[in-house]
Amino acid sequence: MLRRATTRILSHRRHCSTAEALKVTAADDLFMAAWKRTMPNLDPPKTPLSFLQPRPSTASAASIPSKMTINLVSSCSSGLSNKQAHMVIVPATTGQMGILPGHVASISELKPGLLSIYEGNEVTKYFISSGFAFVHSNSVADIIAAEAVPIEQVDPSSVQKGLAEFTQKLSTASTDLEKAEAQIGLDVLSALNSSLSG
Amino acid sequence: MTSNAAVPFWRAAGMTYITYSNLCANLVRQCLKEPYRSEALNREKVHFSISKWAEGKPEKPTIRSDTPE
Repeated sequence: MLRRATTRILSHRRHCSTAEALKVTAADDLFMAAWKRTMPNLDPPKTPLSFLQPRPSTASAASIPSKMTINLVSSCSSGLSNKQAHMVIVPATTGQMGILPGHVASISELKPGLLSIYEGNEVTKYFISSGFAFVHSNSVADIIAAEAVPIEQVDPSSVQKGLAEFTQKLSTASTDLEKAEAQIGLDVLSALNSSLSG
Repeated sequence: MTSNAAVPFWRAAGMTYITYSNLCANLVRQCLKEPYRSEALNREKVHFSISKWAEGKPEKPTIRSDTPE
């Protein structure tokens, strides 16, 4: 759907985006032709190429789309795919980073924190445990995280309990590794705490 | 070549990024509200058997499991 929108807006670039699509279908056609020759009675299998959704072309550097396309993927589910939004704020290790359409292409490592997606008047918030955010030059943002939970699923009392437990672990930690683990626990839990209230 | 400047504290303590990421993910899972918490913890359970090899022959395998026997 987005592909058709961009080809309408950038009609002079029409030949670029359809050329990529043609290359894909040409490879698929060769396979299909070979299959039909050898096994005409069997249905051909679906190749990964047929499942592949074409992504908007990155050549469209001339115009900035009005909305970002967000893909949020976590280890167990694809939280969001191709969600349109005006702005997204990701918890990068260098601080909260706001990404608007037309953002320069970048890769950022994420620290445990809150991911907010602003669409019109509504905000969707997810807590990200850690991961990476890839922003492409066509205003597509891919956010991958080990765990991305909607903030409503977080239990405040467990967060408080965990904070107390890890503060105590930090004071009794002896080896470097134990100290690091306790510090990580504190970081994650205080991020959870501030996300619940913020 | 410039050497890496400030490494994160967990790497300085000998932890790898994967260990760090899994630790963070586990902490988040333990802070979820009830139905989500048990689903998430169940999803991450593993059960596997390891056998080390010595002199071309496998030794007795050990089973590592999160599922109660």
